[in-house]
This record gives sequence, C-alpha cells and structure tokens, in this order.
Amino acid sequence: MYKYIIRRLLIFIPMLFALSVIVFGLAKAAPGDPFSTMLDPTIDPEVYEDRRDELGLNDSIPVQYARWIGNAVQGDFGESIVYNSRPVMDLISARFWNTVYLGLVALFFTLIVAIPIGVYSARNPYSILDYFGTGFGFVGLAIPNFFFGLLAIYFLAIKLGWFPPQGTVSGSDVSGMKEFFDRIHHMILPGITLGLASTATYMRYMRSEVIDVLGSDYIRTAKAKGMTDRVVLYKHTLRNALIPIITLMGFEFGVLVGGAVITERIFNYPGLGTLFLDAVINRDYPIVMALTLIFGVFILVGNLLADIFYSVVDPRIRYD
Amino acid sequence: MLEVKDLKTYFYLDDDQVAKAVDDVDLTVKAGETVAIVGESGSGKSITSLSIMQLINKPGKIVDGEISLLGRNLLNLSNREMTKIRGNDMAMIFQEPMTALNPVYTIGNQITEVLRKHKKMNRKQAKRRAIDLLKLVGFPRAEDTVDEYPHQLSGGMRQRAMIAIAISCDPKLLIADEPTTALDVTIQAQILDLMSDMKEKLEMGLLLITHDLGVVAEYADRVLVMYGGQIVEQSPKRNLFKDPKHPYTEGLLESLPSVHNDLERLGTIRGMVPPAHKFPTGCRFSSRCPHAMDKCFESNPELIDLDHEHAVRCYLYTED
Repeated sequence: MYKYIIRRLLIFIPMLFALSVIVFGLAKAAPGDPFSTMLDPTIDPEVYEDRRDELGLNDSIPVQYARWIGNAVQGDFGESIVYNSRPVMDLISARFWNTVYLGLVALFFTLIVAIPIGVYSARNPYSILDYFGTGFGFVGLAIPNFFFGLLAIYFLAIKLGWFPPQGTVSGSDVSGMKEFFDRIHHMILPGITLGLASTATYMRYMRSEVIDVLGSDYIRTAKAKGMTDRVVLYKHTLRNALIPIITLMGFEFGVLVGGAVITERIFNYPGLGTLFLDAVINRDYPIVMALTLIFGVFILVGNLLADIFYSVVDPRIRYD
Repeated sequence: MLEVKDLKTYFYLDDDQVAKAVDDVDLTVKAGETVAIVGESGSGKSITSLSIMQLINKPGKIVDGEISLLGRNLLNLSNREMTKIRGNDMAMIFQEPMTALNPVYTIGNQITEVLRKHKKMNRKQAKRRAIDLLKLVGFPRAEDTVDEYPHQLSGGMRQRAMIAIAISCDPKLLIADEPTTALDVTIQAQILDLMSDMKEKLEMGLLLITHDLGVVAEYADRVLVMYGGQIVEQSPKRNLFKDPKHPYTEGLLESLPSVHNDLERLGTIRGMVPPAHKFPTGCRFSSRCPHAMDKCFESNPELIDLDHEHAVRCYLYTED
C-alpha cells in the first residue's frame, strides 16, 4: 500500500512537468502581454521595451520557462503584474483556505442530501418522495450554477434576509466562535449553489447502486441469516453501494476547487476562483499559470485519494 | 418437524396476471431426514424453499397455507419475530457461492454476526466458535481463513463457508437450494458429503432442492417431484427410481444415462415448462404428456395416495 502511494506520487512528477509545459505554452501563445491593456498606447516604445526587458519577457521561450519552473518548484510563482507586484504565492495563500472550506461545505451538503434521499428512493422506488427526488435531480442538473446562485441571493438573502448575500465574514470586529459561525453562515448559500449539480448526480448514483445491491445474492444471504432490515441496510448494503460514489468524489475534489470560479464570482467570495477570473481578465499570467498548475495538482491528488479510499472500502482492491 | 400445508405463493405481475409459482404444496421434513425436491427450472422448487424462509420479494406473496416449524406456524409471525428464526432454527444455503457472500466483509465477520445475534456471544467467543466451525467444515488453516475475504477463496471453499454460516447456530432445518449446481463435479460430491455429515452430527432435517437426479439417488431419503408449482409425485427414494408412476417422473428418469442398457439416444420430454401465469386448464403436464387423455385437458387431478408412502397426481391411477 505505502509502496503504491509512493509510486503514484512519483508518477505525479512527469505529469506535473507535462502540465507545466502546457500551461506555460498556452500562456505564451496568447496574444498580447500584461501591458497591452495597461499602458497608454501613445507611450514611447523604448519605455515599453524596457519594461518588457525588466520582466524578462524578451528572453527566449525556453529560458523563460526554465526560470519560471525553477522558481515554481521552490514555491515562488513570481510577482503579480496587476496587484501591485505582490508575490503570487501570497495572493494565493490568502484565498486558498476560503476555497477549500467552501468546497468542503459544498461536499457536506451534497452528501447529507444525496445519500439519504438516494437510499430512501431505492428502498421505496416509485413512491412520491422518489418522484420528487428524481424531479429535483433533473432540475438540479439543468439549472446553471450562476442562475441558481442569483435566485438564491434574490430570494433567500435579499427578500427573506436569512443569509448574507456576499463575502466571507460580516466585519472585522467579530471573533472566536462568533466568527466561526458567521463564516459558516456566509458559506451556506455559495456552498449549496456549488454543490447543487453534484447533489443531483450523487442522488441518482446512490439510488441505482442501492437498488442494485439490494437485489444481490449476498443481501438474500444476510436476510436468510436472520439479520434485521437495519443491519441489512446499514452494514451489508451501504458499504457496497458507496464504492462507486467514492470514485465520483475523487473527481469532485478537483472540480470543487477549480469549479468554484463562477459561484465565487456571484457571491463575491474571495477565493481562488475569483482570483483566477480576475487574473485571466487582466492577463496576469503569473497568477493564471500558478493557479492552473495548482488546480492540476488538486485533480491528481483527488484521484489518488479516491484510489486509496477505494482500497479501504473494497478489500478486493489491493495495490501491491 | 417442518410441516407445510396447502402453501400457495403467487406472483402478481404488472398486467394483472397471476403467476401461481407454488400452488397447494404439502411437505414434511422430519429430524435427521433428507427430503429432496426435484424438478426442472421454473417448476417452483426454489420459490417453495424461499417461501419457507419467508424471503419472497415483491411482487410475490404467500397467499395461503401453513408453514409450521417445531409446532409454530411461521406465517403468523411478524417480520421481526422471523428474524429470530432465520439463521437460528432454520438456515439456508444458496446456489451461487461466488456471489452469496458479502465481498467487503471477512469470512469471520460474516459468521460471527450470526452467532452474536442469535447466540448472544461476545466478540471473542464468537470468533473462537467461527474458527471451530471453519475447521468442522474442512478449512485446514481456519485461524487464517477467518480474517480472509470471500474473493480469496475458491467456489467450493466459499460454499463450505456458507455451510459454516448455516450450521453456526445448530439449526433444526437446513434448506439447500441447488447447493452444488455452480460447482464442478468432484467438489459437488465433497460439498454434499459434508452436508450429509453435518446433518447426521446435528440431527437436522435437510431439504435439498436440486434438478440432479444423481444427487437425489445418492443423498435423499424421500423425494418430491415438482412440476408447474405442484407436487406431482412423492415417494421414498427407492420406489421412485424403481417404479416411477407419473409420466413426468418417467420422462425425467429416461433422460438419465444408465450403465445397464445401451441406448442410442437418451429420452427427452418434449416441450418446455409453461410459464406460471398460463398453465393449461387441466393437468399442468397435459400439454407435454405422452399419455394424455381427454379428461387430462379438462381438470387437474388431485394428489392421490397409492400406498401410505407413495402419492401421484395423475388420472392414469384413478379408478374411473
């Protein structure tokens, strides 16, 4: 098992290298540079060239790449071009945990809604609640994130005033447990918005998996052994039904971090998604490249975690 | 010990049709006795055994009859009370050892959960007993096997583990539904020998469901031949093979190869078992019977006693 994990981590190196080349190549292939939107077009071309020299933008591409990757492996992604030359790493680390917490809240909502409803639907197929769940599933998949987010802000935040419409915390004067709950309060709407589509997916998966498992021979064996319905469901069915869900969660891990771009923007939530979007609009390439690489790492780690959990839940899968 | 009277298990199909999978079955199993039910696929033998365990799933339902085990009518018991009887007073072994054990729990876990429920053993006692049981059914390294998972065992070994589970609480009745159909021939004999050994040791009644007349000849004391959800002939084993009465039984026996006479071709029974929702109006075998008479198409004969042990459901043996 440990050998397997180490081997998988070693495979990360060439994959990340390939990813970094692609990220760098795309950034370089894009037309224009950070100055093309910032500078007065009438400025002396010599000043413009001086600034480019200063940033090393006139060196050959391989040299630029080597410099960038060399610094990147040391955790230095250079300085932001737009945000007053602040180090990219500072900008990212200030927002990193916001995004991670938001992802966790989204995942939490997904699981506590999807698993119970999925299991209920499977045990009572074609019941009213099952149809309701199916309907919710289609709606959840069909509504775009941003639209649901706007609806949530309009009705739940503005009309009803139950939740704050934006930000992460009410003000700088709250602290301690109060701050903790305040932050949670701020994360509920964006969390639900972010988790909506996957809630629908998980629910459908759960429903079909549980129906599948309930019809299997070993469930009949468990009943023939005199196990009560509770034990049959919680011990014998759930663990088997969760195996495919774990695969799904592995992918989700990367998507939750990278996919929060739109949700964070709508709720004006200072996370990596907002930073990424601003950087793209402002052609702040050091940030774009750093974030793309980080999102890539998340997806790789998510898949590795899924594989590890997989072998924990299912003894038939052993990596040695 | 086990007495089944007028058992009727019907399946209510979507289009308002009723499949009479088990229709008026009477049977008894005494302690220490092996009763075999033989018949083709679709004759109702598995449904009979699942009805006794009360493991019939929707849309099936036991509509009438009486199933008494040790003097208690099981059909009056609630589902909760049945969970105390299944796996305890009566146990069942299934056809598919490859899928009958839960893949995510160890063999030991699947044995101890029965002991802990029915015998109220603690973890340690249950594990010790599980090891003893595994030794009893022929695992040479029982101490290791308790911690192994089903996928680490071969089909024959899994069926042994199923037997260990089934006999763990010293049941009075063991139902084996085609326990060797999925195994290869040498293993079949081992498993059947093991089961009849256990039957002797624990003085259980054994209800053996099979379509293999060779198995019947070797292991059964009494035989019930089922066709179309009904018993068409019942007799002690010896009589049945020497002097079969029902044309269906004759057909089954003619389809067996024999070492005594050299035949060019084995006998066959033409046609197929009619589906359970459209049996012929008269005798259910009439459409395939070589001796069918006019009245066979008009009404279904009763099971008539030829002597106190041998009974047959056929107009060839009625007076008029």
